[in-house]
Amino acid sequence: MANLVEIRDLKVEAKTDSGRTVEIIRGVSFDIAEGEIVALIGESGSGKTTIALTLMGYARAGCRISKGSVLFADKDMAAISEKSRASMRGTKVAYVPQSAAAAFNPAQTIMEQVIEVARIHKLMPMDEARVRAVDLFRALALPNPDTIGSRYPHQVSGGQLQRLSAAMALIGNPKLVIFDEPTTALDVTTQIEVLRAFKSVMKKKGIGGVYVSHDLAVVAQIADRILVLKNGEVQEIGTTAQILSAPKHPYTRELLGAFKPASYASHVKAADASSKVPILEVHDVVAGYGPLKSNGQPTILALKSVNLKLEQGRNLGIIGESGCGKSTLARVIAGILPPFSGSVCFDGKELSADARGRTRDELRKLQIVFQFADTALNPAKSISDIVGRPLAFYHGMGGGDREARIDQLLDMVHLPRALKHRQPSELSGGQKQRVNLARALAAEPQLILCDEITSALDTVVAAAIIDLLKELQRELGLSYVFISHDLSVVQAICDEIAVMYAGEKVAQMPPSAMGSQDSHPYSRLLFSSVPKLDPAWLDSLERDPELVRAFSKL
Amino acid sequence: MAHFALSPRRFGYRFNVVGMIGFAIILFWALIAIFGPFLTPYPIGEIVDFDYFGAMSSKFWMGTDYLGRDMFSRILMGARYTVGISLAAVMISCVTGVVLGMSAAVIGGWFDTALSRFLDALNSIPSKLFGLVVVAAIGSSIPVLIFTLAVIYTPGCYRFARALAVNINTMDFVTVARARGERIGYLICSEIFPNIVGPVLADFGLRFVFIVLLLSGLSFLGLGVQPPNADWGALVRENIGGLPFGAPAVMFPSLAIASLTISVNLLIDNLPQKIRDRSVV
Repeated sequence: MANLVEIRDLKVEAKTDSGRTVEIIRGVSFDIAEGEIVALIGESGSGKTTIALTLMGYARAGCRISKGSVLFADKDMAAISEKSRASMRGTKVAYVPQSAAAAFNPAQTIMEQVIEVARIHKLMPMDEARVRAVDLFRALALPNPDTIGSRYPHQVSGGQLQRLSAAMALIGNPKLVIFDEPTTALDVTTQIEVLRAFKSVMKKKGIGGVYVSHDLAVVAQIADRILVLKNGEVQEIGTTAQILSAPKHPYTRELLGAFKPASYASHVKAADASSKVPILEVHDVVAGYGPLKSNGQPTILALKSVNLKLEQGRNLGIIGESGCGKSTLARVIAGILPPFSGSVCFDGKELSADARGRTRDELRKLQIVFQFADTALNPAKSISDIVGRPLAFYHGMGGGDREARIDQLLDMVHLPRALKHRQPSELSGGQKQRVNLARALAAEPQLILCDEITSALDTVVAAAIIDLLKELQRELGLSYVFISHDLSVVQAICDEIAVMYAGEKVAQMPPSAMGSQDSHPYSRLLFSSVPKLDPAWLDSLERDPELVRAFSKL
Repeated sequence: MAHFALSPRRFGYRFNVVGMIGFAIILFWALIAIFGPFLTPYPIGEIVDFDYFGAMSSKFWMGTDYLGRDMFSRILMGARYTVGISLAAVMISCVTGVVLGMSAAVIGGWFDTALSRFLDALNSIPSKLFGLVVVAAIGSSIPVLIFTLAVIYTPGCYRFARALAVNINTMDFVTVARARGERIGYLICSEIFPNIVGPVLADFGLRFVFIVLLLSGLSFLGLGVQPPNADWGALVRENIGGLPFGAPAVMFPSLAIASLTISVNLLIDNLPQKIRDRSVV
């Protein structure tokens, strides 16, 4: 088979604000055969998206392709004029972005946007394009393919929108489609439908693809070959089966290793713990958002009577898909969102509903760490200011004591002390999340609420954070409430797992019981939807259609 | 990008040429405003030339105005009024507006609603009309001018700062600070302000220009700086009759206003930036 794409010794460099050039991609070479799907995998910053974008002859602002060639259908995308590149984009090579929600214009109907490529390139009459779009909707297994095009982007779900953006890419009949983490923002239950749709369309039409992802299990389902990247260099290229079963490069092995975290139980056994007063108890909490109704209840209820209990030194996992109310629960416990009814008890004492009504000591013992490390750190302050503030606030520390304690805390989360004077934007994602943890630890808490703290991180980095949490628990006797949509992460650290669905806790069980037949149907569905490192998993997966219909938002 | 010997690059800052030019012009006018009275060749109120709208000459560097007074002296003195009054007014309006805006965003609820509606109401009064009424009622003096201009421009500044602060207020780091139990003063000063200071400064520059222009307008109506003193705006207006003759008397004050307002904006858009890439120092 002829090669559709030949990349030879590709180098991309960027200029920093001091005028220094940095090489982002350092001599990458690979081929894509016609109809083949190649996955680019690696941690964030490894250059996967940068490489994918060069296939369209595009480098992001401040970057440029400095060396090498990107031969696409015998044209060097790096060398041809911008005008001829533009004529190829959408017709020969198309792009499916990570966040479909951000890629659609909310003011136009979906159909208008899907057929836009055909209009810009004058590929076919508009009526024909509409017929083609409906065919694509059908091929991508979208519900109501004949009418979905007349809706607006906010009227369809996230999974549907992602498939619609694939339809947008496919309308120009491209030879190559670039998927940039298309399922990363989706729930596992939705992800399966989207992956299936992508796979069947690509195979049927014989389109080549580049699939950018950091999730090895997802890539295993769809790719023919896998390219493992790190720091802009290819670590290993191989067929999917070879990479998964016989990885040669140590970094690939590390990636695979991070995917299977060892299960874990805290050193405090259930029997010891039950005799003491539970550290956290949540009784019949009802909470929500929006204007209050006449009975004082908020219009949108995010939590409908949730009960939880957590013993000292143990960990509770809360899982469920987005919108099930897990984060709202964390906010209620932290006193950020006062509940409509119900109570939160800490160490046997009822806490005030609003953080403003809690004593400083109560606030200190309960800390919260958020998902997005970038937004949880004030970009205008230095790391030592950020970590030092709780020290001054709760413990009244100042001067040398505080500096010494900041050093200790940075050691504790395995960060070099030299980072003290940097600002958050100068740190990597994993480092930021460590700073977040250090800030929570500075308060010397008893309980840390972890709201999706590993979700925005790469697999290897996330595994390291989980290890850190375990280590800190052993040393400091902390308890965690661990909120996540990622089952494997929760399994790795929790003694108990609570499954939430639509604002209610539907089940609570130890991790070993997850997925067993007698568990709640939703937890069964959730468990079966987590991708496995087996290329045949998606094709062999059979889900109870009744179950899918009952719990899916599709 | 410049590599001057005096470049602040050595101190870890980057400052481009455009910003430096803006800064130099502002510095020049600031010095004129301070030392102007010592430099004037003629008393500003005295008619020194028999010709009106006189051309530039070695005696009168910038020509003479519609009464035959020396323009050069009048512009030197005008700098004091224009720069001083505008700067004081813009300071007051920006500080009040930004502080109130951040407070409204952080406190929210009825405080935000009440304050916003009040300032919206104030905003709905046409600015020239408002100035006219106040100055006509109280009489024109420099403190009254400063106060009036500040009041006129506070609502806009409030709106701007509040819009920025509301966005920052929803960020997780503010939520973390709230969950920590921080007081409102800390949230405003430490969490919100450092993150909106860039756009606020840009707004400061723009508002300064507006105030210079409004002050000129008021002076034209006879409510601004009182004769024989005059700010630059008043100089343009009183010499507008010289425009058909291409008289320097109308060109130079216009150039002065333009150079000041443009350079303020150039500086604000090109403030020295801290170099974040530490590997080269």
